[in-house]
Amino acid sequence: MDAAHLPDRFQSWFASRGWTPRAHQLQLIDHLSQGHSTLLIAPTGAGKTLAGFLPSLVELERQGKRKPGAAGRGIHTLYISPLKALAVDIARNLEAPVTEMDLPVRLETRTGDTPSHKRQRQKLNPPDILLTTPEQIALLLSDPASERLFASLRTVILDELHALVTSKRGDLLALGLARLRRLAPGLRTIGLSATVAEPDDLRAYLVDQPDTDERALAHLVQVSGGAQPDITILDSEERLPWSGHSSRYAIGDIYGLIKKHNVSLLFVNTRSQAEMVFQELWRINDETLPIALHHGSLDVGQRRKVEAAMAAGSLRAVVATSSLDMGIDWGDIDLVINIGAPKGASRLAQRIGRANHRMDEPSRAVLVPANRFEVLECQAALSASRRGEQDTPPLRNGALDVLAQHLLGLACADPLDALATYEEIRSSQTYRYLDWEIFEKVLDFVATGGYALKTYEQYAKLRKGKDGLWRIAHPKIAQQYRLNVGTIVEAPMLKVRLVKSKADGRRTPVGRGGRMLGEIEEYFIEQLAPGDTFLFGGEVLRFEAIRESEAYVSRAKTDNPMIPSYMGGKFPLSTYLAASVRAMLADPESWKELPDQVRDWLEIQREKSVLPRKDGLLVETFPRANKHYMVCYPFEGRLAHQTLGMLLTKRLERMGAQPMGFVANDYALAVWGLRDLSSLFSSGRISLDELFEQDILGDDLDAWLAESSLMKRTFRNCAVIAGLIERRHPGQEKTGRQVTVSSDLIYDVLRAHEPDHILLKATWNDAAEGLLDISRLGELLARIKGRITHTGLSHVSPLAVPILLEIGKEPVYGEAMDAILEEAAQELVLEALE
Amino acid sequence: MSVLTSHLRNYTAAPVCHDIPINGQLLGLHDSGVLWWPDENTLVVSDLHLEKASSYARRGVMLPPYDTGATLEKLAGVMDAFDPARVICLGDSFHDAKGSDRLPAPYRAMLTTLQLGREWIWVTGNHDPVAPVRLCGETVDEVSFGPLTFRHEPIEKIGSQETLGEICGHLHPAARVRRFGRSIRRSCFATDGTRLVLPAFGALTGGLNVTDEAYSMIFRRRQFSVFLLGNDRLFPFTASRLVGD
Repeated sequence: MDAAHLPDRFQSWFASRGWTPRAHQLQLIDHLSQGHSTLLIAPTGAGKTLAGFLPSLVELERQGKRKPGAAGRGIHTLYISPLKALAVDIARNLEAPVTEMDLPVRLETRTGDTPSHKRQRQKLNPPDILLTTPEQIALLLSDPASERLFASLRTVILDELHALVTSKRGDLLALGLARLRRLAPGLRTIGLSATVAEPDDLRAYLVDQPDTDERALAHLVQVSGGAQPDITILDSEERLPWSGHSSRYAIGDIYGLIKKHNVSLLFVNTRSQAEMVFQELWRINDETLPIALHHGSLDVGQRRKVEAAMAAGSLRAVVATSSLDMGIDWGDIDLVINIGAPKGASRLAQRIGRANHRMDEPSRAVLVPANRFEVLECQAALSASRRGEQDTPPLRNGALDVLAQHLLGLACADPLDALATYEEIRSSQTYRYLDWEIFEKVLDFVATGGYALKTYEQYAKLRKGKDGLWRIAHPKIAQQYRLNVGTIVEAPMLKVRLVKSKADGRRTPVGRGGRMLGEIEEYFIEQLAPGDTFLFGGEVLRFEAIRESEAYVSRAKTDNPMIPSYMGGKFPLSTYLAASVRAMLADPESWKELPDQVRDWLEIQREKSVLPRKDGLLVETFPRANKHYMVCYPFEGRLAHQTLGMLLTKRLERMGAQPMGFVANDYALAVWGLRDLSSLFSSGRISLDELFEQDILGDDLDAWLAESSLMKRTFRNCAVIAGLIERRHPGQEKTGRQVTVSSDLIYDVLRAHEPDHILLKATWNDAAEGLLDISRLGELLARIKGRITHTGLSHVSPLAVPILLEIGKEPVYGEAMDAILEEAAQELVLEALE
Repeated sequence: MSVLTSHLRNYTAAPVCHDIPINGQLLGLHDSGVLWWPDENTLVVSDLHLEKASSYARRGVMLPPYDTGATLEKLAGVMDAFDPARVICLGDSFHDAKGSDRLPAPYRAMLTTLQLGREWIWVTGNHDPVAPVRLCGETVDEVSFGPLTFRHEPIEKIGSQETLGEICGHLHPAARVRRFGRSIRRSCFATDGTRLVLPAFGALTGGLNVTDEAYSMIFRRRQFSVFLLGNDRLFPFTASRLVGD
């Protein structure tokens, strides 16, 4: 399309701003006008959002003003964003062109914060453009009015699509899109995305899939380029730590960088790192530069303040977790500092994209590795960035718990025809491989719980009528659905409230009614005893007590807190970076780019032991302080290593090697025990090939899962999303915790009596991809088959030092719960005897 | 039923109990969560909460309908091991007043078999204030044998004559122990030597931490002991060693 074909108002608006429409913006208008769904991949600063809306604005301009008294139009365009803040931000930005061109367009947002009278009005008198989130789409689709509301829908714009599709929210949205396509035939979708490894996955996500093996794809518009980012790895004079994630050694360097730039954005991987870095920076902040902290457990009000200060340009630096990763424009950031390992090449690219929103100038970034292995990881990420390689994960297979939620929602809107719904669902790329049998089981689950023992027919939520259609049994079911909608299951959180310490005056009860500092995971607080200290919101706090759903804390007088080990934001190393690190280790030629300290470390490893090979597995064994260690280097990420460690200790136990425990990080796994592992392996009494045989993922895994708390946590999430147990809503806690049925107990009963239940299948699927990373473990075992190298050493190798240093810092696994109780009880006996 | 036979196998050896004195009587605490009173050949079990899942299902929360079966199978194993002459169910035997009416026929038969040849006492609880229907056994609000009194809810007094020798349930005691940075939470018995609270026996019953305010109505703060249920033994701790949830 030629810019000259744009309506006059648009041409003069562009001209008045001194702009010309960009090629990709015109291409998008073209594709849409021909009825084609399109994926737009463009770097930050390319005018991506405006490009997404232009086709709709042009169409709406041609439709002209609504005639007074004429029947209301339905929604023309839906804009869906992963963040409600982003939806609100975009709406604000879009107001400008709409007003300036005096377009006959009404645009509104709809999020969880929208007041109910406004939501009600939006249903009766919908805007032309509605900006919203995946959850709101699900809610609207469960409304009997949805058919009328979406009948004239023409376009759906999906922002930050690369981020949306990697989670269950993407599954929910995929199902929503399938329904929207049925309600509004001829619907076109626009996906806006950062650069990804497999654009075709996203193109397929955007369109209807045929009932054959062929894959239908949306059109693609790709804006190449932007300037190459200018990335360096911090070259510190300080000694590089062997292990840990604190980057404390580099704080002076980091502060120096902040001083030299206008606004720096400091990304860390976990909230505990954020807290630590923030505190350390202020410790040396002689010039009292305005440095702020931003992470997901801080009070919303506080986060908004930081965001506003950032946008207003009154801050010099913000320490942030992924809570700041996405979307919203933060003003003029001229430096991104990534502290710790990047974990993935694409992740890093997206973070660096936060700096400098003008696409023709290079973004500047400095990587700060926290330890020696992280230097290798940073180097690998840097090379990937130079080559423009991406490692975004492949498209997911749709989750069954999300499907269950969706089916109930559909039945709330309209009587549900099973076969037609099945076909509709399979038209989405995400669910196209869903079996009819599984679909039936999920439907049965929604109706009566899906148990082999059919005792709940009388209480059914869905009933099949004589016409063969499924209907909800009672209007209350729809209410229940509305309270449970969504796929984000937060770990149970406690509010953190500041009170006066009871240590001050012993007999006074814990004071009341102090300031709210934010929220913290219940399981973290569970690990604390009153008096323990931790960092939160940049302050050292002392845990006092739990009252109802609040954790009472006081200001601690210590500088040396026990740092919170929040799990939030701990991403495992990407497969792509792991492979690059392995390749780098195996190729001494490539070490030239590494700092001296790291190169020396690897040289000594080559001398004293051997280097891990690119596709094999190195297993070292050595004695140390009355124990025998086995260290292996799979480089498959912490989650897969933890699972492997659990399984190896079980198997070693059966082989008589008496293992005592293990510890895992992103790169390596160490197992230790009382028997001489070197001689057990070298004499052939234990075969390494057998130890790492793929069948370890069979019975051993199954036996372990029965007890695994990770599995139970996964089950809880699935049970909440699928609607088996109700979400806890604020204010409900007061009824007492013993009243809610523990999902752990449900898991135990279900596993013992109906191990084939659909919800256990959903849990297993999740665990394989998620907390247990079984799929990656399977790939590892296949890769190293017949390629295991064993080296017996007289003492610890250079490469093994980092993982051994993790012992005592990371939780040690492999100890049976009863054994811990036994020991604790024993200690008590000794105390009594003294 | 294969699950049943596996339980039988577990309990064929003479059951080992942790013996404690309460008001002059030697009582055995068992790791299954039941109380054994050898002198009276009496077995006490609390808070079975039978038909809990179906109680939720009535409100559209479809919990797995296997809790009653699991609880009864476990109870059958214990009964086989102790072979008591008298059984006292300490209240909340059914999760709601209609629970006994809903009890599916196979489970009713199973329960009836367990009752055969035994004196069976249903103590009423807040969940089941009425006598169960179509089941044998005597229903009472509370009952005393010798120096011991069996009731569902503990009397909220400390050091009173009324509470001496009180055996009760209701609270679902559980305790948390912390060690090596990990914490373990289990159901438990709780006692100060004058009275005893039994853990909940039912398959879908949770626990209330003994550090909760509710326990300060019946025990002096930190002056009681708990016995955590382990896989084949009990683990004793004094209350001062425990942490809250």
